[in-house]
Amino acid sequence: MARTLTFDQEIANLFYAMDSNPVQACIQCGICSGTCPAVAFMQHSPRAVIAMIRAGQKTAVLASNTYWACASCYACSVKCPQGIDVAAMMYGLKRYALWRNHFRRVPPAADFSRRFVGLITRYGRSYEPALAAPYLWRRGLRGLLDEVRMAAGLLRRGRLPLLPRRIRRVDRLRRVIGQILPAGGLT
Amino acid sequence: MRTYGYYPGCSLERMAASYHRSAVETARALGVELRELEDWNCCGATAYFHIDELLATTLSARNLALAEQQGLDVVTPCSGCYKNMYFTREHLRQDPDLAEHVNTALGEDGLEFRGTVRVRHLLEVLVQDVGLAEIRRRVTRPLRGLRVAPYYGCQILRPRKPGAGEEAPHFFEDLLAAIGAAPVDFPLRDRCCGGSLIVTHRPAALSMVYALLQDAADHDAEVVATACPLCQVNLECYQRQVNRTFGTSFCLPVLYFTQLVGLALGIPPQRLGVGTELISPAAVLAKAAV
Repeated sequence: MARTLTFDQEIANLFYAMDSNPVQACIQCGICSGTCPAVAFMQHSPRAVIAMIRAGQKTAVLASNTYWACASCYACSVKCPQGIDVAAMMYGLKRYALWRNHFRRVPPAADFSRRFVGLITRYGRSYEPALAAPYLWRRGLRGLLDEVRMAAGLLRRGRLPLLPRRIRRVDRLRRVIGQILPAGGLT
Repeated sequence: MRTYGYYPGCSLERMAASYHRSAVETARALGVELRELEDWNCCGATAYFHIDELLATTLSARNLALAEQQGLDVVTPCSGCYKNMYFTREHLRQDPDLAEHVNTALGEDGLEFRGTVRVRHLLEVLVQDVGLAEIRRRVTRPLRGLRVAPYYGCQILRPRKPGAGEEAPHFFEDLLAAIGAAPVDFPLRDRCCGGSLIVTHRPAALSMVYALLQDAADHDAEVVATACPLCQVNLECYQRQVNRTFGTSFCLPVLYFTQLVGLALGIPPQRLGVGTELISPAAVLAKAAV
């Protein structure tokens, strides 16, 4: 008979390839939270998230902003005395949430990542203005003026790309990607 | 002349064009040729990993396969690209099944990953391959005690890499000393700049940049040296927003290490892209007589 995985088993499976011990090895020492430079902006600290995963609190974990506030700096991963790659776990939670579309409002980081991958599959290269532009209005008029002023400064110094660059063999790159992502992923 | 396969990364095409120019010029002056990989693609930064781990691995593997065709070790000046390519190589070499899967996909572009070339960061190439003694020997215009904060950032050091000295690194300080600068004590030198949070979570990123600038200022740094285009943009371009948010008045130039080394080697500033900053380093560089 098929066995249903618990949430902590599912999460452990998400980063098995990353040379990490599973979250079950956590001793709740809190070093991950202590080293995290973004912890003040997280609803739950990394340590708390691991405890919640082990307690099976799937809905609360996925609803928290913790994994989206992770900048992937790996300070937690190299300091964990139990060999848990906490940053890889945050990546795992991002993928899990994206696959399940597990949010009512799409967080900016999820939207950012999707658009980033869309750019690569179209051009083969990244293009900063297309990534930053949709967020210009998020911080109000003052924020918009800040961005415009900075963009103008960069433009004057030749630092603002005006057009995305396309690699020469982009069609073949798309075929490579097609072998990895299911057809629906190539949009 | 040492030759490497050069992977600039997307940021160096425009936003960090001065990093690209100074990397090529400075390397050449040190007997290193950076030969750009033909038709390289974006490494995916952190975004691919949010979507699909296998895709992230495959796209970095394509760039490694391109370097293998030329039989050259890959060197990149971008810390994010470096981390992605470095670990792609590690994972593929450790996991033949994964390599087989990735190579099936790469076959669509007539490429194959075999794991025969190494991945290096440009900072590492200067310190380890060229060597500090050689750099010291070639310095014609030492930076005369310019107080520089060596900003390592995250991904040169982490996750752990052999020889990176993650706990107490000093190779950046050593390099700065070799060109006559005075590396300042900079306790937060390996703390994250916020990376792409600057777009997706601005308040968090600004507070992270603020902490770094405050630490550099507290230790009387006159300039911050970086080895990553994203660190440079976050620390320089968002300084104004940090100042308004935290009521500070930082005016700290942020230069690439390749620019500082190039200046010490006597390369004219404009050939190193000096002058394209939002916060001009002219005053502090004049003081150091460069």
